[in-house]
Amino acid sequence: MNSLDLARWQFAITTVYHFLFVPITIGMGFYVAGLQTAWYRTGNLKYLRATKCFGKLFLINFAIGVVTGIVQEFQFGMNWSSYSRFVGDIFGAPLAMEGLLAFFLESTFLGLWIFGWDRLPKKLHLASIWAAATGTLLSAYFILAANSWMQHPVGYIINAQKGRAELTNIFTVLTQKTALATFFHTIPAAAFTGAAFLAGVSAWLVMKKKDIEMTRGTLKLGLIAMLISFVLVGFSGDLTARVMTDQQPMKMAAAEALYSTTESAPFSLFTIGTLDGSRSVFQIDLPSMLSFLSTGNFKGVVQGVNDLQAKYESQYGPGNYKPNIPLAYWSFRLMIGFGFLGAIFALLALWQMRKGGTPHGKWFLPSMLTLPFLPLLANSFGWIFTETARQPWAVFGLIKTSAGVSQVVSSGAVLFTLIAFTLLYGVLAVIEVGLIFKTIQVGPRPEVDYDVDSVGGSADRPLVMSY
Amino acid sequence: MSFQSVWFLLIAVLWVGYFILEGFDFGVGMLLPFVSRNAADRRAVLTTLGPVWDGNEVWLLVAGGATFAAFPEWYATLFSGFYLPLFLILVALIVRGVAFEYRSKHGDGTWRARWDLAIVIASFLPALLWGVAFANIVRGVPLEKAASGSIEYVGGFFNLLNPYALLGGVVTLTVFLTHGAHFLALKTAGEIRLRAHGLALRLGLIAAVAAVAFLLWSNLMLPSINTKFLVLSIATALFWVGGIAANFRGREGWAFLSSSIAIATFVSGLFFALYPRVMPSSRGAQFDLTIFNASSTNYTLKVMTIVAVVMTPIVLVYQGWTYWVFRKRVSASQIQFPEQGVLDTLHQ
Repeated sequence: MNSLDLARWQFAITTVYHFLFVPITIGMGFYVAGLQTAWYRTGNLKYLRATKCFGKLFLINFAIGVVTGIVQEFQFGMNWSSYSRFVGDIFGAPLAMEGLLAFFLESTFLGLWIFGWDRLPKKLHLASIWAAATGTLLSAYFILAANSWMQHPVGYIINAQKGRAELTNIFTVLTQKTALATFFHTIPAAAFTGAAFLAGVSAWLVMKKKDIEMTRGTLKLGLIAMLISFVLVGFSGDLTARVMTDQQPMKMAAAEALYSTTESAPFSLFTIGTLDGSRSVFQIDLPSMLSFLSTGNFKGVVQGVNDLQAKYESQYGPGNYKPNIPLAYWSFRLMIGFGFLGAIFALLALWQMRKGGTPHGKWFLPSMLTLPFLPLLANSFGWIFTETARQPWAVFGLIKTSAGVSQVVSSGAVLFTLIAFTLLYGVLAVIEVGLIFKTIQVGPRPEVDYDVDSVGGSADRPLVMSY
Repeated sequence: MSFQSVWFLLIAVLWVGYFILEGFDFGVGMLLPFVSRNAADRRAVLTTLGPVWDGNEVWLLVAGGATFAAFPEWYATLFSGFYLPLFLILVALIVRGVAFEYRSKHGDGTWRARWDLAIVIASFLPALLWGVAFANIVRGVPLEKAASGSIEYVGGFFNLLNPYALLGGVVTLTVFLTHGAHFLALKTAGEIRLRAHGLALRLGLIAAVAAVAFLLWSNLMLPSINTKFLVLSIATALFWVGGIAANFRGREGWAFLSSSIAIATFVSGLFFALYPRVMPSSRGAQFDLTIFNASSTNYTLKVMTIVAVVMTPIVLVYQGWTYWVFRKRVSASQIQFPEQGVLDTLHQ
């Protein structure tokens, strides 16, 4: 493998890994904040137990999300310096804004929240978790705006003399349709992920009959939140698909393995075959559905891979403009499929919980423990789809991925760091999952209400929280 | 003042902030086994960092992001050129952050001992390597114009390990150790405080020798006398000695403040020595990266200036407030059941 392939693998591995933790953090941040608000409002200790129990899980997860995020920011310069030179004038701005507006907010207020139980008045302590959660939203917004610019560059001119893209309008970059659609797709997906985590953990606690008063409530909260966020993910997914068909028709064609431009194109549910444009062995189609999904009209025309290839050759010169089509086809379906599976689970479990019941069944309840993993798979395949099906472009129509790699970094160096990061991330995953399981085994602990009469603490009082 | 100069200044400010704040984090991390005698001590030491280390590290992320946005050529050349040192720093920062969060979850001795070792090594590496990296930037590294027209680093990893740069590494290492000891003396009570006092004095003297040698070398290395750098170098020496004296007299607040100011004058001095270059080339001034040939457009710089002018004061206020909230000293006696992990309580 050359340094380009290695750098791509490194980006894929570190990014997909990072994004396992990010949506849990965003989603759980808000649920924990909500639970603490319920405690603050009602004084009911079951909410405090839930806040502390899920807060611990939230923090174990957050730690890995934070540290792997640093790699993301450095990686552009280390492995993709030619890309960085080309896009820095535009792409750097949202990254710097993310740091100034979001990272400081998240890290500072999370520190206050973790260690502030006996140092802050209850109200301020509650406000800290809300501030940290807001920080995660801001962070998502800026990084998605940057990514959307790679999918659909706007607000720029090309400076041929300097060989780079230059920013002409920051507001266009931050408010373009692609960025907004992606944000409203990703945030509900994070809410879905956090909710599935909440529901899966609660299901385990219900199974072990731990603190049923609390866990039944958090289970129900998780399941309902899953359903609501799933509907939102679906709506915004539909919107995203239309924006994508309009801006990156090749990506939609690849997602469908649709080779020829077709009117009233069917949506393929499942295929056995090669997906190389020859006849498939077996296929299930929904007639005209693809046309409807991508254009809003059952009779709409969807462009095919071969026609787009011909079009791009005349537009951008000779070259291969087709992404990896089987990967696009399957990752698109797996994204949707795992999301659906989670939502069906939630629906069934909620059905069992009506009239004061709890989920039951020899197989059903234990299988609910898979809940947290379903959105993680859906998220990962979603990103794999949207990033790989943009290839060969790094920034659509402007710079190819192959032109973005660092010129001075040897393939040996990239291979070395690729192996090292992968091993390190693997070890951290094992430790993290171990701690999560251990925390769930311990479960919610009895909590007592306390009076924060001496805010500021005195030097001889035991600390509520210490490292 | 051009927008380029404004951003050069702002990036200097971000690095000053980063080295003052994460500098003591690194110092405390390295000192962990040397100021602690038992489980409660170690947890008290780490608790002084608990609420603040993550926010401190964001200064680095913002410095990186700001460099990307304001000087993309600098960001690209530096990060691809200093590839392996930055990789080592990344690994260290990853391990360190996780170690802080996870080490006290279990009471198990081996578990904790391993994380403690990780904290020491992962604090040592960046403390040393940041100095090596900065010294190399000031000294100038082999940069040449590539076929693509961009200015690229053409040296290898071992080019970066020259005596001057290694001395720079020793300076940041010993300075952060001392600064961390000042912080611990200020933030802890009892035995830990006393040990930190003693260590700060010895480490401070070693750092003073290293820093003076490095600053002399740096000033003499420049083609002509740079008055601003010279003045800031002298100020660094004076504040550093002031810090040692304050620590000796038991004035912990003054000691910490002095070492903070010394770090600020030290880092800003190096930036003044560079200005208007951001990465001088050892292969000739025509290959220097400067604030002019490395920068973004005026429009981007203007947008970012507005964001920075609005946000920086707000960030400073709430981050400062955090330090106020956690202003009380931490003592080992405040740690209940130090041998017990958060997750082990059930079994007791």
